[in-house]
Amino acid sequence: MVYGTKGYRFNSCRARQISVVTGELIMQASQQPYPNWQPSPAVDQVGVEERIARLNTRSIKKESKVQALKLALSMIDQTTLEGSDSAGKVKQMCYKALHVHDALPGLPHVAAVCVYPTMVRVAKAELKSSGIHVAAVATAFPSGQADHDTKIQDLRYAISEGADEVDMVISRGAYLRGEYNYVYDEIAEFKSICGDVHLKVILETGELGTLDRVRHASDLALAAGGDFIKTSTGKVQPAATQPVTLVMLEAVRDFHQRTGQKRGMKPAGGIKTAKQAIQYLVIVNETLGPDWLTPDLFRFGASTLTNDILMQLVKESTGVYQSSDYFSQAG
Amino acid sequence: MSTATAEKTAPLQWNYAPAPESVDPQFRKRYDLFIDGKFVAPAEGNYRPSINPARETTLAEVADATAPDVDKAVKAARKAYTKIWSKMSGKERGKYIYRIARLLQERAREFAVAETMNGGKSIRESRDTDIPLAAAHFFYYAGWADKLEYAFPGRKAKSLGVCGQVIPWNFPLLMAAWKIAPALATGNTVVLKPADTTPLTAMKLAELIQDAGLPAGVVNIIPGGRPTGAAIVQHPDIDKIAFTGSTAVGKWIQKELAGTKKRYTLELGGKAANIIFEDAAIDQAVEGIINAIFFNQGHVCCAGSRLLVQEGVADTVIAKLKQRMATLIIGDPLDKNTDIGAINSKEQLGRIEALVASGAEEGAEMWQPSCELPAKGFWFRPTLFTNVSQSHRICRDEIFGPVLSILTFRTEDEAVEKANNTAYGLSGGVWTDKGAKIFKVTRQVRAGVIWANTFNKFDPTSPFGGYKESGIGREGGWHGLQPYVELE
Amino acid sequence: MSTRVPVQKTYKLYIGGEFPRSESGRTFDFNDAKGRHIANVSRGSRKDFRNAVVVARSAQKSWAGKSAYNRGQILYRLGEMVEGRRDQFIAELQQQGSSVADARREVDDTIDTLIHYAGWSDKYQQLFSTVNPVASPHFSFSVPEPTGVVALIAPQDSALLGLVNYLAPIIVGGNTVIALASDKKPLSAITFSEVIATSDVPAGVVNILTGYRSELLSQIAGHMDVNAVVYAGDNVEDRKTIQSQASLNVKRAIFSEKQSQSPYAILATQETKTTWHPIGL
Repeated sequence: MVYGTKGYRFNSCRARQISVVTGELIMQASQQPYPNWQPSPAVDQVGVEERIARLNTRSIKKESKVQALKLALSMIDQTTLEGSDSAGKVKQMCYKALHVHDALPGLPHVAAVCVYPTMVRVAKAELKSSGIHVAAVATAFPSGQADHDTKIQDLRYAISEGADEVDMVISRGAYLRGEYNYVYDEIAEFKSICGDVHLKVILETGELGTLDRVRHASDLALAAGGDFIKTSTGKVQPAATQPVTLVMLEAVRDFHQRTGQKRGMKPAGGIKTAKQAIQYLVIVNETLGPDWLTPDLFRFGASTLTNDILMQLVKESTGVYQSSDYFSQAG
Repeated sequence: MSTATAEKTAPLQWNYAPAPESVDPQFRKRYDLFIDGKFVAPAEGNYRPSINPARETTLAEVADATAPDVDKAVKAARKAYTKIWSKMSGKERGKYIYRIARLLQERAREFAVAETMNGGKSIRESRDTDIPLAAAHFFYYAGWADKLEYAFPGRKAKSLGVCGQVIPWNFPLLMAAWKIAPALATGNTVVLKPADTTPLTAMKLAELIQDAGLPAGVVNIIPGGRPTGAAIVQHPDIDKIAFTGSTAVGKWIQKELAGTKKRYTLELGGKAANIIFEDAAIDQAVEGIINAIFFNQGHVCCAGSRLLVQEGVADTVIAKLKQRMATLIIGDPLDKNTDIGAINSKEQLGRIEALVASGAEEGAEMWQPSCELPAKGFWFRPTLFTNVSQSHRICRDEIFGPVLSILTFRTEDEAVEKANNTAYGLSGGVWTDKGAKIFKVTRQVRAGVIWANTFNKFDPTSPFGGYKESGIGREGGWHGLQPYVELE
Repeated sequence: MSTRVPVQKTYKLYIGGEFPRSESGRTFDFNDAKGRHIANVSRGSRKDFRNAVVVARSAQKSWAGKSAYNRGQILYRLGEMVEGRRDQFIAELQQQGSSVADARREVDDTIDTLIHYAGWSDKYQQLFSTVNPVASPHFSFSVPEPTGVVALIAPQDSALLGLVNYLAPIIVGGNTVIALASDKKPLSAITFSEVIATSDVPAGVVNILTGYRSELLSQIAGHMDVNAVVYAGDNVEDRKTIQSQASLNVKRAIFSEKQSQSPYAILATQETKTTWHPIGL
């Protein structure tokens, strides 16, 4: 029997097939798992927004700004997820990922490129051993509206094409119906299929409605074994917001507190400016601490953020404000 | 759980670079008394330096008013009351007060820097709280001036005359606004004494009042120490005393006014309980605890200085609190990233240190984050005490500093009983996700302001003031009109 | 033919729903205008006051916790009961020096005052409460709450109406009270306490002492477990004593020479509590 966090319903037919993959369960001497009796904590929206407002008063200047901009650059999952994506577009994007702005030496490359599974092979060929990961969205991205076997097939295909990371979507319909076991089991099964492939769990917070659900779904995804939790597909508004990110980071923090395991977080969608990126980094820094200021544990899912960061970096080095005409587009 | 296959990247050690606010506070070298619309030298010719508590440097010299100056100010206020202000229509009075509000909004940043330099509070707070709220307070009461006939059904509201107002050093400009705005709106004139350590924004306000063209004598601002305050309290031609400060001085004032016809309002000390139930939104509650006790270095009469945590979440809350406290940035109040500024004065630092020492002596367990403090100036680390009992001094006396005493409880009844086990009754906090419990508990806590799932919120429309030894009367909102009118 | 000898009434204190004699054992003479002995009135002591504060404190929470509707009904019942004893009150006022016309008017006004305040029980809150339109996403509201235990120094000259004029607004607002009756005209207050005892007013909500003002004033005003003292009178020395003593615990010292029927009289012994709560999901 698998137990989720309190509030889960114990009616999933899949539950018994899934091994316990998380440290979430507290084991007693006989190795029978106890449920986690603590419910996900309540979240007060106004309090979260006040905290964000206060964090946004942080004024990041001079060398600390340059540090932050470079760090943010190294955390980007350079993304293209369009129906019109082609090998040509993906190749261009990969070149940009490798050479973000050759005019300014000493810049890091982005963390990963994020594409549909059909584009993974193209991206891998371009990026080779650069250290830039290839992430594929899978499991019936973005809606998650497919039968279970189709999702598994989608996932296996992405992995077989060579994806280093997979960004899955949770079944929001099932989640909102209260089928928490179903959602939990699905994530756990996907993770067991992924093995060493990095699994990011997209909650699509714009469809969850409240921060209470964001917190609960985060706890659930972490307990089920997601390496990262991720806000959004980018296809639903609102996508990533700072309040949602704070709540998810708090879930990551509490999970670490309970289990000692460090999991990652990825806000995605709507992060367009260097200023926003720095604000997110401040939130990470003051919620989880400096240990999370690494692309191993924090990413930005973004398609146009890179150049805004570059413009800021060039401005910091030259002292003059920049124009986008001087920065190559990602594809 | 192993993460990605690739190499690990070392985390960044990220320290925010200094980000000082650079607007010029426009201090004069020397400030005289503001009486009858003019700056005049004090009768006895004494000036005292007003310092920056973060650097121990002198910012300006400020006149020290003595009894003859008080008399002069009261005469000016009386004349302005009789000849001008009491005869002016509410509509016109209101427009003057609106002018003050607007002028203050326009010069908000300059006033914020001045407040921070003179009082030690962080620029984030003076910029985002003190100054905007002060302007909003003038704006709110300006609107009442021509509407008093609607305020008290069945009665006619009449002004009282000359109001003597004595304000504290923790929110210098905001307290001046809380005092002056309702007094003027209701047709009274004012003699105001700012605190001796923080007179500068009040003196700048005097300049601004000149700019506003307020008739001479309607507002008189005379800095000084306790003797000046006593002279105001004792002056025979003052009709009303409004005081914000310590309970000890409040009691003295109440006694001093015994047998006179003077009215009085008192806004005094507090030892608020901040009650955290186990079903609270814990992360927001932790943030609320931080705001409750570390706002303005804990120099807040309504600070949530007694934390009552339900036992089931006590360990979690304390752990999270320590984690959060470790992220607080202490230092240069003018730096935009500073969370905790300087202690207002050497004397106050001494009082805090003495009470904290008593906490350790009486057996409570102290914890402070490790952080460097500047070499000059007056500083105190954010501090929490666990293993605190109801009888410890740190649980009974108002510390007025960044020091939190933590107690635990098991049931709702026990929480309420502990919350009310104090001579004070200014404010309180209740954190729970259950609506019915909020109403049940907030009703039982004997205090004038209860923040449920929030803390330290202020608004000109919202009355503020205490039960029991925390004071008499309310400031803010419709209720804040009452102390300045006689109902006929 | 033998005439029946009437049974004379013993005037005692009223504390916690009971009628004790003063713990001090003291009494003072009450004679009518012609000098005839009417009663040995209990001369309450500071310990009697202390005892009354204890019961008033323990009764306060549940009295304030009753519904406003219920408190209104109880005050209305008080009015009914005074009406029923109209003749007794008139006669007693005459014994204390009133003309029959004045006595009648005083009793009538007393009844009407009780009915007036009975009606305020569930209305003054609506006059004096506010929803505060704060600028942040919070719901902020302010409501009156009883200050707690109130000591009332009743008027000297108006034995019944004076007492009720001050007492009714105190208790209708959820306070409990210890009233020191007129020492010149003490009888009506004690008879009124008999009305209280039979009118569903819970024990301890109203306590009535007789005794000497001059002796008790300072003790009453200084008591640390009394939240407010209401003084009906214009004696400057008394006022000075009261406020000086009140400052020991920042007691509300309320001076009022005359009291007319008004919700503002209720407001005088109310605190204002402001509550804030976020508005969010």
